[in-house]
Amino acid sequence: MGMSRFTLNNKYKAVVIGGSAGSFQGIVKILSHLPPDFPLPIIMCLHRLKHVRNGFVEALSIKSIMEVTEPYDKEGIKKGKVYLAPANYHLCVELGHYFSLSTEEMINNSRPAIDLTLGTAAYVYRDKLIGILLSGANRDGGLGMKYIKDRGGLTIVQDPKECMIDTMPNAAINATAIDYVLKVDEIVEFFTELNKQYK
Amino acid sequence: MKEIDIADLKRITELVKTKYNYDFTNYAMSSFKRRILRILELHNLNVDELIKKLYDPAFMEDFLNEITVNVTEMFRDPPFWRVLRDDIIPAIMLNHQKIRIWHAGCSSGEEVFSMAIMLREMGILDNVSLIATDLDSNILDNAKAGVYNLKNMELNEKNYIRFQGTSSLSKYYKESNGKAVMDKTLVENVSYRKHDLVKGEVFNKFDLVLCRNVMIYFNQTLQNEVLKKFHESLFKYGYLAIGSKESLIWCDIASKFIVVNNEEKVYKKIKD
Repeated sequence: MGMSRFTLNNKYKAVVIGGSAGSFQGIVKILSHLPPDFPLPIIMCLHRLKHVRNGFVEALSIKSIMEVTEPYDKEGIKKGKVYLAPANYHLCVELGHYFSLSTEEMINNSRPAIDLTLGTAAYVYRDKLIGILLSGANRDGGLGMKYIKDRGGLTIVQDPKECMIDTMPNAAINATAIDYVLKVDEIVEFFTELNKQYK
Repeated sequence: MKEIDIADLKRITELVKTKYNYDFTNYAMSSFKRRILRILELHNLNVDELIKKLYDPAFMEDFLNEITVNVTEMFRDPPFWRVLRDDIIPAIMLNHQKIRIWHAGCSSGEEVFSMAIMLREMGILDNVSLIATDLDSNILDNAKAGVYNLKNMELNEKNYIRFQGTSSLSKYYKESNGKAVMDKTLVENVSYRKHDLVKGEVFNKFDLVLCRNVMIYFNQTLQNEVLKKFHESLFKYGYLAIGSKESLIWCDIASKFIVVNNEEKVYKKIKD
């Protein structure tokens, strides 16, 4: 491979990923190809069944290089870990780099709502955040991506042409100027390139 | 996404503290900020206008109602209710004829009705004294009234089925004008009281305290303070139930409890 197509540096402190219908395969591929020493926390908000508390984190953990957990309320955010928003809770990032959970009203018909996780992460991490939005059948996440961009963060959406359902990435593309529109394989490559910045 | 300055949030909390003695200083920041933004939007106010309106005690009542999160379900986390029915309540009954239960932060009362339904199905509702508290008197009125949107009953019914109740949830309410009106005999012995977990005193002793998904709106300092009050409010070997994604691990009081059920977050007080 020649020169990287990505303009990168090592200022980033966290990655936040949103996804819904049709994003599971992509997420698994990304998690299973992460560099083993990936230096940032990855915070995931994926739409999921409200009443099914167990199974999802286990399904993601099987293939993931990094440990995947559902954080407890007020749990500190640590590098080298993948966090998944628990069923039926909003997952928010607080100043001081820890999580808080909330049972507030659904947003975009969703709890967890991607807009909330992305928005609160952008508030805390500002330009040191990378936001990624994958396939989904709902507009949730579009506003969150705009907020990341407005705060100076880096934005990536899955290429709508590759998405099983492209409503979600298109909502982000319509809401703000997305930095990179990538296929899942290219997102994997992005993580590899990003990891090199921290060597 | 709209923003509000931390300085403005502080002006609001200071006023509410000095004028009404409610202290929101140690509420979790991101959700508190969202609640304030929601109120500003709902009433179409800016921060200065909100502060002016907060001098009116009637508006303060609305403010309390909107600042607190009142989204809840009957039998939320059905496996928790199964553990309560099959393990915790029978364990308490081994040593007591009468059980005393406190729902701390009962909101619109769905959890109280869930408890009453469960206890009636166990045939012990009359042996139990239930106290339900909230800091918002409007929501306490709703809790007492037991009138819910019919569309919520669909989810409540699903939860009840997963809880494996012995009947059907529809047996416990009647439909009227598009609402679900709960059977009041379930809660005729429940005492509903206004009580603020932050400023309120310890007022009684209990065998079981439920405070699920309430302390998630507090920061860790406040969580520690409130947990101390719960510890004091429990008889020795009494039980504390918190939300499934809350934990006592980081709390000062952790060593005075043991974990009874880690999945459902039920703890037992073992030291005074």
